[in-house]
Amino acid sequence: MTKPFLSVERLTQTFPDASGGTATVFENASFGIDRGEFVCILGHSGCGKSTIMNILAGLGSPTSGVVTMDGAEVSGPSLDRGVVFQNYSLLPWLSALKNVSFGVAARQRDWSKAQVEDHSRKYLAMVGLEGDTVLRKPSQLSGGMRQRVSIARAFANQPKLLLLDEPFGALDALTRGTIQEELLKVWSQTEQTVFMITHDIDEAILLADRILLMTNGPYARVAESVQITIPRPRSRTEIVEHPNYYAIRNHLVQFLGHRSKALSGRPSGGATQSPETVVIDRTKPAEDPEPSARLRAVND
Amino acid sequence: MASLSINQRGALLSILLLVVGLLFWEAAIPEQQLATEMTEYERLMGGGAPRAAIPPPSDIFAKAWEELSNPFYDAGPNDKGIGIQIGYSIYRVLTGYFLAALVAIPLGFLIGMSPVAYRALNPFIQVLRPISPLAWMPLALFIIRDSEASAIFVIFICSIWPMLLNTAFGVAGVRKDWVNVARTHELGPFRTAFQVILPAAAPTIVTGMRISIGIAWLVIVAAEMLVGGTGIGYYVWNEWNNLDLTSVIFSILMIGIVGMALDAAFGALQRLVAYAE
Repeated sequence: MTKPFLSVERLTQTFPDASGGTATVFENASFGIDRGEFVCILGHSGCGKSTIMNILAGLGSPTSGVVTMDGAEVSGPSLDRGVVFQNYSLLPWLSALKNVSFGVAARQRDWSKAQVEDHSRKYLAMVGLEGDTVLRKPSQLSGGMRQRVSIARAFANQPKLLLLDEPFGALDALTRGTIQEELLKVWSQTEQTVFMITHDIDEAILLADRILLMTNGPYARVAESVQITIPRPRSRTEIVEHPNYYAIRNHLVQFLGHRSKALSGRPSGGATQSPETVVIDRTKPAEDPEPSARLRAVND
Repeated sequence: MASLSINQRGALLSILLLVVGLLFWEAAIPEQQLATEMTEYERLMGGGAPRAAIPPPSDIFAKAWEELSNPFYDAGPNDKGIGIQIGYSIYRVLTGYFLAALVAIPLGFLIGMSPVAYRALNPFIQVLRPISPLAWMPLALFIIRDSEASAIFVIFICSIWPMLLNTAFGVAGVRKDWVNVARTHELGPFRTAFQVILPAAAPTIVTGMRISIGIAWLVIVAAEMLVGGTGIGYYVWNEWNNLDLTSVIFSILMIGIVGMALDAAFGALQRLVAYAE
């Protein structure tokens, strides 16, 4: 079996807890992401999603386990892995344009100033920021615009892997909807591999090729990998009419509501914890691969 | 009145306070009696010698006009223009101050970045910081054997602490996210320091620099009274010895004005590096 583009192997993270012992966040977690794939990870707060994200970004290091990307081990941060943080993390003393071009200049050391600026403006335009707006400081931009700048910065660097840590968590629902569609548009133009943390089920279904479901901690694990069997291009208004939409949505809600708790707190006993692949496809009723009888009852 | 802005109303009130204050001052000075009009008893009691009184503001304006219309004359060691005296003081302050900045800002960076360096150096800083800068003077005079350099050393030692502590505080408080942005963009240590940490900490650092220049200007007057020779502090003391209170009051005013200008310069620098989150 060939390794996927990004391969997470037997990742374990423990922290010292208050009583002097160790708290295991997750143990032997293993999964892979293919090149060009858009993968979302869903799970309750505290299950270790952000810890996984930090490890993938190279900002944190796991207690044990290995992450490889494109055949090389991830050790430390790199321009090959772009990160969009939840709180935007724009440098407040730089204009929107400078925030993007500072990253581009770091990536393309041999480019001229004009080249860097053109490239940065192109990516800002992709997220709808043009003209004098890009010369404003982050404090003069709305939350939605700031996150657009942050997304433009990450895409402009053309990293091999883009990591999004709840990028829309701090935005209101309407702005979130618009930026989600912009993200989809930019992503479809760039064929970027994306790994994204989210709390929002609808957002995950709209954006992802595959959703990884995480159980609650301690001993959290990536329990399922749900294929989103809704064809692209997708739009928020159209996907809800696809026959698979509610089937998938119900499956995710049930998982987060019940099974994320039921499956938590179980040590792996040394076994590799790989997610179980789930394919829900209502468009082919004859060969229904639905794994759960309970879910069938929900949909029938 | 209601149509004026708050600034205008404030300025108006300021001028009013100044005028009223000066009028009271002028009126409060008793007129000197002429010796010929005194009774014999008064002459015997020494009333004939005019009692040294606080000069009225009109005398001080006249003095200021005289001094400021020719600020750079030099008529020997004890008679130099106010411009030359202030020039010497500013030169000493800036020399000591920039030497202090040269040490304090890099050292503050180190302390802010490294918790070990912070813990190692903190006891020394805490002991050295509360020492009155003038307490160093005898030691400085003994070791350096030069009054000029000793004055600069005293300025150095008094301006180093606010800059050092503020730089360390500012650098340590740089948001982790911004440092992470630098890390994910593979910026090296120098680029991280200059492109991310320095601009992020700049407002705190400049605040420290502003406090330091204020203290340095306070201390130079006292230091120059001790070392003598030149400078605005020496000038004040020299005029006191000459019993020329008009000059003393005039030079006190000049100290205030120069201090205000120095502070305003750093205030402008502070606005330049400020950013809104």
